[in-house]
Amino acid sequence: MNTNINFAGIKMKNPVTVASGTFGYGREYEDFIDLNKLGAIITKGTSLKPRSGNKAPRVCETSSGMLNSIGLQNPGIEYFAKIDLPYLKRFDTKIIVNACGSTVEEYVELCKILNTLDIDGVELNLSCPNVKAGCLAFGTTYEGVKNVTSQVRKVLDKPLIVKLTPNVTDITQTAKGAEDAGADAISAINTLLGMKIDINKRTPILANNTGGLSGPAIKPVAVRCVYQIAKTVKIPVMGLGGIMNGEDAIEFMIAGATTVSIGAGNFVDPECSIKTIQEIEKYMQKHQIEDINSIIGSIKMN
Amino acid sequence: MKYQEECELLEKSALKNDIFKFKIKTEKIAKEAKAGQFLEIRVSKEVEPFLRRPISIYSIEKDCIEFIFQVKGKGTEILAQKQIGDKINILGPLGNGTFNIKEYNTVAIIGGGIGIFPLYEAVKQLKGKAKINTYLGFRNKEYVTNEQEFKELSDKLIITTDDGSYGEKGFAIDFLKKDEKPDIIMACGPMPMLKAIKKYAEEEKIICQISLEERMGCGLGACLGCAVRKAGSTDDNPDYWHVCKAGPVFYSTNVEI
Repeated sequence: MNTNINFAGIKMKNPVTVASGTFGYGREYEDFIDLNKLGAIITKGTSLKPRSGNKAPRVCETSSGMLNSIGLQNPGIEYFAKIDLPYLKRFDTKIIVNACGSTVEEYVELCKILNTLDIDGVELNLSCPNVKAGCLAFGTTYEGVKNVTSQVRKVLDKPLIVKLTPNVTDITQTAKGAEDAGADAISAINTLLGMKIDINKRTPILANNTGGLSGPAIKPVAVRCVYQIAKTVKIPVMGLGGIMNGEDAIEFMIAGATTVSIGAGNFVDPECSIKTIQEIEKYMQKHQIEDINSIIGSIKMN
Repeated sequence: MKYQEECELLEKSALKNDIFKFKIKTEKIAKEAKAGQFLEIRVSKEVEPFLRRPISIYSIEKDCIEFIFQVKGKGTEILAQKQIGDKINILGPLGNGTFNIKEYNTVAIIGGGIGIFPLYEAVKQLKGKAKINTYLGFRNKEYVTNEQEFKELSDKLIITTDDGSYGEKGFAIDFLKKDEKPDIIMACGPMPMLKAIKKYAEEEKIICQISLEERMGCGLGACLGCAVRKAGSTDDNPDYWHVCKAGPVFYSTNVEI
């Protein structure tokens, strides 16, 4: 039985990764799981300079999911390179850094540094809905995605994954922008912009008023986006959005995802990623699937 | 070390006002738990309600933990329906900021409402190490709970109610101010109370530990949801701790509340 995946040149032992912003830099989960078993770890969104993030409340629960407006709090790339990367390198897994910035110049500067680090790939975050500048500002049009991706491409030799937002009319356009600019892969989806109101106070619960919706509530949207993107572009897709178990992961792969990412599921069950890997293997045994690659994009439309 | 355990519910009692006390069997979590730490409780195996419920530890025993919670929404409502013998999925012990248990001359324990519960284990562990003056404030007589448990361990216990319907009339902090100056204050309760305690402690230069809460995602320090402002950071350049990681117990001088 083969679970090895070659994702945009990143050779993973299985298709299961952990999503940016839900796994810190790995340490928080070491008591619960063996990080060596993961296909890849995608780090917390990391910027050129440290960011302190938004005011609290930053999270709240919603139906079958949650809203967050963390605001990309992170210690900055220098700290990451010095403290977090050496820690992560102790494990036999792939390290993908989620990169975010406020301007095109910042993305480029950051990726110049990332290009020199011992990491396996970069996930360009063009889709965080919770910061005023950058990210989503570049991520909602073909031209915007193409521009920042191509600038980054010039300085980055490592596998480049572009993470897209579902908060657009047609996600295949932004996916095409990434592909045309030379991205090696797409990851989809980031969170959906949402709001929850305290009906007694008549104010939004999140201090930032709006936040990104994640969890099983968004899974059907994510599966649809992955299907559309996979049908449109030739580069591989990492699927995420509400994956809680092996069945969910398989669903994304059938829709066209080459790899998958566990996000909010890590918060509910810190062992969610490992259980997902085990459940994928069980599914393969049950359906006598020799190679996990054979199910990618195997959807049969009605 | 933190653990995920399926814990059997051993004892369950209804206190008052939808407040329940659960005693659970847990070998691993109880062994490492410290006064002030909390648990993340998964109330349902389904995805609704989605997140775990962070609940503070009330009492630590050899292979058991007691926690007390008030039914506030659908999550705690489901939890309250668990029956003796049921298994409850729990992460713990969580939090790195804990009450500083050592020898003191006098410790002031001050709690308000359901905020009294995270203080109980600290009182238990301080017994014999310090003179314990305990001040517990409640809205009115209907809300007064666990008086006997605190009384047994405290050298002095003052119960206050806002309306004077039980114990002394007024706020717990007013009675703390009248007494001998303690070496340390340990506090948990509603935000206005904690703000007043922080202010008083800093004016009087008394060391003060406060247990905070904030809307929480993972409880592990990964989601960075439960932010609380670091002392000294400004509106223009804010900086944050996280309740689940640096807290839930903080020295009052380290936070802006």
